[in-house]
Amino acid sequence: MFSHKIIEKNSTLLLVLSLLVVTIGGIIEIVPTFYLENTIEKVKGMRPYSPLELMGHNIYKREGCNLCHSQMIRPFRDEVERYGHYSLAAESMYDHPFVWGSKRTGPDLARVGGRYSDEWHREHLKDPRSVVPESIMPGYPFLKAPLKVHDIAAHLRANQRLGVPYTEEQIEAAAVDMVSQADPDSDGAEDVVSRYPKAQVRDFDGDPTTLTEMDALIAYLQMLGTLVDFSTYSVEENSR
Amino acid sequence: MTKNEIDEISGTETTGHDWDGIRELDTPMPRWWLWTFYACILFSLVYVILYPAIPLVNGATKGWLGYSTRIELKNSIDVALDEQKESRLKIENASLAEIKADPTLLSFAQAGGRAAFKVNCIQCHGSGAEGSKGNPNLNDDDWLWGGSLETIHQTILHGIRYEQDDDTRLSQMPAFGTDELLTPAEIDAVADYVISLSKAETPPGGEGADLFAANCASCHGENGGGNPEMGAPALNDQIWLYGGSKETVVESITKSRRAVMPAWAARLDAATIKQLAIYVHGLGGGQ
Repeated sequence: MFSHKIIEKNSTLLLVLSLLVVTIGGIIEIVPTFYLENTIEKVKGMRPYSPLELMGHNIYKREGCNLCHSQMIRPFRDEVERYGHYSLAAESMYDHPFVWGSKRTGPDLARVGGRYSDEWHREHLKDPRSVVPESIMPGYPFLKAPLKVHDIAAHLRANQRLGVPYTEEQIEAAAVDMVSQADPDSDGAEDVVSRYPKAQVRDFDGDPTTLTEMDALIAYLQMLGTLVDFSTYSVEENSR
Repeated sequence: MTKNEIDEISGTETTGHDWDGIRELDTPMPRWWLWTFYACILFSLVYVILYPAIPLVNGATKGWLGYSTRIELKNSIDVALDEQKESRLKIENASLAEIKADPTLLSFAQAGGRAAFKVNCIQCHGSGAEGSKGNPNLNDDDWLWGGSLETIHQTILHGIRYEQDDDTRLSQMPAFGTDELLTPAEIDAVADYVISLSKAETPPGGEGADLFAANCASCHGENGGGNPEMGAPALNDQIWLYGGSKETVVESITKSRRAVMPAWAARLDAATIKQLAIYVHGLGGGQ
């Protein structure tokens, strides 16, 4: 007759059986997300980050923005009315790792793109209370430092290995694209948009002479949530 | 199983283990705990049947109720919109002047506008619409691009210098210093003249006045009265967007400002934007 006693008195058996139970749980929870085709919605407009946006994304992670700001608008009426359309899995499929966050000390940023002017972002990042007196966000005045990236192509390559569909052409042109996106008068400005549709090309930090970390971060913020074409998105097809 | 010894003091069965005369009580789980545990198992079974739960080959089981958070959300928003449907439709079809003339519509528009303002506008214009440096105060009667219902509506729809919108309001004051249109000494003289204008002193003549007439008056007006057609602010009052100190004025003339306001046409629906226009117009300074 089966008895707990047998398992409890036989430590090796207990270990093997516990492992088995945990494995079953893991398989059921994790594996389906890899093979189920409806995990990531098929939407129009998502593209890998442009090199400058990718650096902005990295600065976002470096400064730990995701500790106070989520990028995950949940499908509830109050969130949708405040922040806009709920986030889709597709919108973070090129994030490695993703920055959904789990705590909102500040507001959600998943659709912050286009909501404020570049100048607002500059002032707000330098000294948040100069534009929002109630804010408790720390200032980031040091972001005016030049953006020092000697290996931007390697960043794209690393992302490519993780499954982000960067083309060889994009990787080759990464260094030029990164500089061109912050300089609308440059020769490469048009190429950035053709390689990365909907990319915004302008001097983000108000200082045309230097490519700064501020340029990268604002380029990233102004892109957030603006890529997916929601006119072709159907709720019924993507019901979850 | 053999019956184990009963502990004399607690009256509870022991496990039968004995270590140097120390015995272990085999106290059973409290009954309430046990039943809660069984109830949870039962609940999970019912849940798995009713709601989407088990991942299969092509997707998870749908559950008997066919529940979907996204569909549920769509329905709850539809219900909320449906409750306001009549009023929103009226707002959409009425002109701004008609809305303002109809007390019921007006109060509906102001309430909706106030809510939308708190969500979308206060980050720049302040929670009391008092503005901050570079972000205009909306409570006063000083308007950069006009304070009528129509012009406010236009500004909210298409923004200011918002390059992603083709109908956005455009005007660019030259950067007189950066582009070397004026020398630092000339800028200094114009700044003095502009500040004197704002204090309604008898403007001093001389170089500042001449330079103002030649470079600034075409947009800001001969007397610095401004021109809302071009978004040129009035300079003959004490209301400053960036501050009225000599230093700030010199900086404005040297570098120009060219602040941007995003367009909201793509983000908010037509009725909400009209409500916002009505609300902002009613804040105090509407013309």
